[in-house]
Amino acid sequence: MTGWRGLLSGAGDGTNRALLATIAAAMLAFGLVVGDGFFSFAAMRSMAFQMPELGILSLAMMVTLLSGGINLAVIATANLSALAMAWVLTGFVPGSEGPAWVAWQGAAIAAGFAVAAAAGLLNGVLIAYLRVSPILATLGTMTLLKGLAIGLTRGEVLSGFPEPILYLGNGTLLGVPAGLYLFAATAVLVAIILGRTPLGAAIVMIGSNEKAARFSGIDTRAVIVRVYLMSGLLAGLAALVMMARFNSANAAYGESYLLVTILAAVLGGTNPMGGAGRVGGLVLALVLLQVVSSGFNQLDVSPFLTLAIWGVILLAVTGLAARRAREGTV
Amino acid sequence: MVDRAMGDKLARLVRTHEFRLLLATLALATGLSIATDTFLTAQNLFDLLTANAFAGILAAGLLVVLVAGGIDISFTATASVAQYLAMTAANAWGLDWASVFAIGILAGAACGAINAALIEGLRIPGIIVTIATLNVFYGLLVFTTGGRYIYALPDWFAQGIWWFEYVDAEQIPYGLNLQILLLVLAFAATAWLLNRTGVGRRIRALGGNREAARRLGFPVFGLNLLAYGYMGMMAGIASLAQAQLAQSVAPTVLVGRELDVLAAVVLGGASLNGGIGSVTGTILGLTLLAIMQNGLVLAGVSSYWSPFFTGLVILLSVSTAALEHRRRPASVGAAA
Repeated sequence: MTGWRGLLSGAGDGTNRALLATIAAAMLAFGLVVGDGFFSFAAMRSMAFQMPELGILSLAMMVTLLSGGINLAVIATANLSALAMAWVLTGFVPGSEGPAWVAWQGAAIAAGFAVAAAAGLLNGVLIAYLRVSPILATLGTMTLLKGLAIGLTRGEVLSGFPEPILYLGNGTLLGVPAGLYLFAATAVLVAIILGRTPLGAAIVMIGSNEKAARFSGIDTRAVIVRVYLMSGLLAGLAALVMMARFNSANAAYGESYLLVTILAAVLGGTNPMGGAGRVGGLVLALVLLQVVSSGFNQLDVSPFLTLAIWGVILLAVTGLAARRAREGTV
Repeated sequence: MVDRAMGDKLARLVRTHEFRLLLATLALATGLSIATDTFLTAQNLFDLLTANAFAGILAAGLLVVLVAGGIDISFTATASVAQYLAMTAANAWGLDWASVFAIGILAGAACGAINAALIEGLRIPGIIVTIATLNVFYGLLVFTTGGRYIYALPDWFAQGIWWFEYVDAEQIPYGLNLQILLLVLAFAATAWLLNRTGVGRRIRALGGNREAARRLGFPVFGLNLLAYGYMGMMAGIASLAQAQLAQSVAPTVLVGRELDVLAAVVLGGASLNGGIGSVTGTILGLTLLAIMQNGLVLAGVSSYWSPFFTGLVILLSVSTAALEHRRRPASVGAAA
């Protein structure tokens, strides 16, 4: 556990220690209130199945926050990408197994990622080259992508996918959901890109001071395009997992996730103004959010009250982080 | 000399964002008037104004927040809270118009004040605070009310207000109704606040350069409180216009429309960097989007495509505005 955490976050910093302590406290509290049911196999499994899509979407949000931007279009990108995959899967995959059956499933995934990449590139070009503010650019693409999804499907649901695709959302390997392996691999990959490559260093520099980064010779525009391309591709991966888990795709799935993706990143120590953030913190924040939501769920607390509590947590955590930053005690 | 000055003024006018919007709106309206015989009818224009009053009143409030250099996306939740409180009180205590509006406006202003206090007190970005408060206000409202609709509204409220009522050949009435009256009042009040008062000029200065405004001794917290409180007030007023039109109060139907309103204000030329934005531009932005959506319906395009075209218009607008900004020499190295 410590080795894995170390790989993701470098030397464990204050945020991660605090998150681990909070997770332990939350599990203890829910364990006492809910009883053994809280640690039941079913409860753990349901947590493990929900985590991958939310986790990958949060990574998609985090890389843009790190660069000093924001991607309000992550959910819209994921839905349009899922619809592209679903369209190929429901329209072209032949009924009988064979080479064409496999090839069309590959083509479906490729189509989804192509859509996600195009959405990411559009955001990147608008922000880096036309210098539209990230909030406005991604707000516009969010409306455009969602509009495209609604227009093409007339708001309908596409469903019914072949077995191998469904495995990604519902299958398990050694008792662990397949999606969780995918999320773990993605988190490690993003952690390596952000922490061990020149691109990652450039993203962090742009997030803390874009002008200084430009004057130190970094091609900031090319880096920003890559940030949004990466965010788009991550949304495409989340789309694959989400579509497989629901066995369907729709223009309006997962809209309440937008708050949660920002919450997970900020709770995990990502500075919403850019320049600082670790994947390890984000993973721990996701675990904490899942523990809290699962506990509330078993206590029959209304999901709307949970939504309100998450809003309060976001305010408290960001407020504390801003105060610590001002006092220079980070 | 006079001609030269007039010419300069005209040349400057032609280059403004508002002028381009006006041209686009007029072109679209002319095209629709020629292509369809249903667009340019009193009935259609009356329906358009009534249907867009809710978004319009919210846009007037949001303009003030953007000019002050802030952002708010929690106002649909604020509107839901204000609407529910005001109509619940009206049913419980048998109130009249003035009291219902007083409760709606106070509830809205209180939510706005909470936003301002959090943004200034905790010093975190407005977008993060208002994404959080959107969920807090909305979550608490649906949790405490159980998401129940209110269908039984007081008779006087259900009847609304009708001035200068007129009935056309098909016996369909139109005239000055509550929605249009509130819409006009909201824009008149916002124009007065931003252009005719010292507070309005200070709000614009704060949005233009926060640090300079602070050093000049402007009450930054107070101005923000005013801007967000004003947005909340407008959300309260808009919510009552909407409840009267829908003839019901539903805690879950308003949330989700916040980005459409933001889109209209931004299309109208208001800048997210603060200091820039006009009532004229906001009205034109709203009009352009409303006419475009109306036109698509009249032209027989499925209404499922309307969000796509809205997104397209927003992206075109923010891109041209950004390009225009870049071409000015003073903007070299401007902040993102």
